[in-house]
Amino acid sequence: MKRYSAFAVAREGLRYHTGWERAWRSPEPKRHYDVIIVGAGGHGLATAYYLGKNFGITNVAVIEKGWLGGGNTGRNTTIIRSNYLQDPSAAIYEKARSLYEGLSQDFNYNVMFSPRGVIMLAQTEHEVRGYKRTAHANALQGVTTEWIEPARVKELVPIINLEGPRYPVLGGLWQARGGTARHDAVAWGYARACSAMGMDIIQKCEVTNVRTEAGRVVGVDTTKGAIDCDKIGMVVAGNCSVLSQMAGFRLPVESVALQALVSEPIKPCMDVVVMANTVHGYMSQSDKGEMVIGGGTDGFNNYTQRGSFHHIEETVRALVETFPMVSRLKMLRQWGGIVDVTGDRSPLISKTPVEGCFVNAGWGTGGFKAIPGSGWAMAELMATGHSNLAEEFSMMRFKEGKFIDESVAAGVAH
Amino acid sequence: MLILECPYCGVHAEETELHGGGEAHLKRFGPGSSDDDFHDYLFMRENPRGVHLERWRHVNGCGKWFHAARCTQTLEVFATYSAQTTEPPQEVKDKISAKRPGWSWREFKG
Repeated sequence: MKRYSAFAVAREGLRYHTGWERAWRSPEPKRHYDVIIVGAGGHGLATAYYLGKNFGITNVAVIEKGWLGGGNTGRNTTIIRSNYLQDPSAAIYEKARSLYEGLSQDFNYNVMFSPRGVIMLAQTEHEVRGYKRTAHANALQGVTTEWIEPARVKELVPIINLEGPRYPVLGGLWQARGGTARHDAVAWGYARACSAMGMDIIQKCEVTNVRTEAGRVVGVDTTKGAIDCDKIGMVVAGNCSVLSQMAGFRLPVESVALQALVSEPIKPCMDVVVMANTVHGYMSQSDKGEMVIGGGTDGFNNYTQRGSFHHIEETVRALVETFPMVSRLKMLRQWGGIVDVTGDRSPLISKTPVEGCFVNAGWGTGGFKAIPGSGWAMAELMATGHSNLAEEFSMMRFKEGKFIDESVAAGVAH
Repeated sequence: MLILECPYCGVHAEETELHGGGEAHLKRFGPGSSDDDFHDYLFMRENPRGVHLERWRHVNGCGKWFHAARCTQTLEVFATYSAQTTEPPQEVKDKISAKRPGWSWREFKG
């Protein structure tokens, strides 16, 4: 793998850019791998990357039925934050956020991490109390956040309307080192680094069956033939129920559509990320100038990667109240992704009833921010059988009543 | 946009008029049941890619609960039927079988 650098840009500039090589290989699958990761999205590729980097396991295949990073990794609103109430959540999301800080240097690929700051608006008395509590919890967890008053919100976001008719802005939870990153680049950077370690990333290869013998996983059947493995990691977000059924167990998740949309590009007007959870609207401005807007999930099970129009309408209606200028924006495009939601709105990073089969799923509506931390914990769990970061996220927690209840903490799907 | 016909008032309601109520025909397990049954009842929802049986409520209409048979992969609606049943009626099963031969959902088959 040739390193990217200012020198490389200059060198290629002098020879008509003929020397750039493909960022990752596209090999045919081998007969056997030590580890197969199903799903070449951010979480899957990050798992493979940290298996190689932290544990020296490089005989790894990452199998993807579509194209790399084409699922929720390429469909989210790229928000990165770690201001969670519950300790296990704050630990893994803060691990992820801190890894994002050095990610571009780590794998010599610019993921455009922009720690521009994230405000979560408090627009009801309930939220004011909730976010003050979260700020105190974050202080104990070592996550830097603070409660800010409306005047400070206005200072940070001049386009905001504090005196909304239904939901006035009563303050906010401010995380100065939260922000955004380029979502595709995160997947591409991990893929390039994995490929450089000798791992095989196999796209357009759908898993059709998971083979087990005596309660132990032995391999998968795919549209490119059978592949054997010692361990398998299922990291397929919305399709995790379908895949787990192939291996003979069930997961406590339901798949629903989540939508986002972007406006036409406009001049810089908002240099922080604003989340308004009461009204289900998130907004940030991309480097191209588009306002990137995310909303809430649809209320029924869905695998179609498209959502209902009225949810978009609700999201935009809510944002128009808080940001009156949005009413003059044209929206360029809108899309949906299928997210897998658990009962307590926290993910599963877990062993399963099948020996050698691990699952990383249930990230619901907020998985992008967790990619590096999730991969880190999943790799540790797969390599050693135990991870402190992942321990609380076991799928057994529902039976034990040890929920990580972020749905209550956020008052909303997050 | 999802459009379901309410089996009670006959209105073709689009989804803003309706509220999804999740998996249909749940068997309830409470005190005295095994941990596994209670756990599955509380947390293990059917999440198929394909034929799905659900509860819906005509919330901004007649207000009544009913059942729907639907495909989660295409959003196609096969049938809606009464809430007063613990399994899909034969004619609903037949309607699903006409579109998805060999379907199965939990213990029910075409």
